[in-house]
Amino acid sequence: MVDVFDIYDKMERNNILLSFKGEITSDLLTSILQIMENKMDNMQEEPKMKKKVYNVLVECLQNLYHHLDDMADSDQGDKIRSAIFMIGKLETKYSIFTGNYILNENIKGLKTRLDEVNSLNKEELKEYYKKVLNNGEMSLKGGGGLGMIDIARKTGEKLEYNFLEIDNKVSFFTLNIKVTQQQQN
Amino acid sequence: MDKYAIEGTPKTPSISFDLNGGVLEIKGRSIPENSIEFYKPLVDSLDKYSSSAKPATTVNVQLEYFNTSSSKCILDVFKKLEGIHKGGSAVTINWHYEEDDEDMLEAGEDYQAIINVPFKMVMVNE
Repeated sequence: MVDVFDIYDKMERNNILLSFKGEITSDLLTSILQIMENKMDNMQEEPKMKKKVYNVLVECLQNLYHHLDDMADSDQGDKIRSAIFMIGKLETKYSIFTGNYILNENIKGLKTRLDEVNSLNKEELKEYYKKVLNNGEMSLKGGGGLGMIDIARKTGEKLEYNFLEIDNKVSFFTLNIKVTQQQQN
Repeated sequence: MDKYAIEGTPKTPSISFDLNGGVLEIKGRSIPENSIEFYKPLVDSLDKYSSSAKPATTVNVQLEYFNTSSSKCILDVFKKLEGIHKGGSAVTINWHYEEDDEDMLEAGEDYQAIINVPFKMVMVNE
C-alpha cells in the first residue's frame, strides 16, 4: 500500500504549499495560478514578491505544459504525459520544483541553454533577453527559449537542474527555481 | 470595422482599438498558452489601420502580468506600430507600470530600446 503519511510528512518537512502530479492542461494551470494567487493574498505577501512568484510560476508551468506536447508527439507519448510540480515556502523564500520526462536526444540542447543562462550576470541577461526577443524564432510552443532567461532575470538566481536517466530513450528532468526578496541593485 | 474590442479573461487582456480615433488600449493580464492565436486579430486590424492611419495614434498598454510567449506577440504589435509611425502617423506608446513593479518598468524599457517609436513610461499608483 502507498504510504500516504510518508508522502505527507516529506511535503510537510519541505514546507510545500501546493503540489500536483499528473497531466498538465490549460485549465489546470488556470486553477493553480488562481489558488496560488489566493494563498499569497491570504498570507499577505508583499505585492512585489507576489508578482515575481506569479510571473515565475507562469513560466515554469507553461514550460511543463508545452514540453508535454513534445513528449506526446514522440512515440513515448502514452506512458509519460504527466509531470510533477511543487511550490514551497520557507520564511521569505519560495521554491518552485518541476519534474518531467525528456527525450534523451533533447538533453544536450536544453543543458546548453540552461548553462548559457546560468553563466550570465544581470546585465548580460538583459541583453540576451532582448536579443532573443528580437531575433529569436517565435513558436507555437511559447517564447522560443525566452522563458528560462526571464526566470533567471526576474529571480536573480541560478537555475538548478538535474537529468536522471530512466532508460535509453528518456530521462527525468528536474528544475528548482528559488524566488527570494531581491537585493536592491 | 471602426472598432476592434474584446473583453479580458483571467489569462488574456482586454483590447480596445478605436480605428477612427486612433487609440489602442491593452489592459490586464496576458498569459495565454498560445499567444499567437490571441494576438493575430489585433495584428490584422493594425494592418488594416495602417493604410488609413490617423495623424496621431495613441497606444496605452497597462499590463499586470505577461508571459514570455506574449512578449514576442507584443513585440509584433509594436513592430506594426513602428511601421505606422514611419508611414506618417505620430505614434506614442504609453507603457504603464505599477509603482513597485520594477520588472514591468524594465520590460517597457526593453521594448523602448528595440522599437523606434516614442515611449512614455507612466507610473500608476496602486
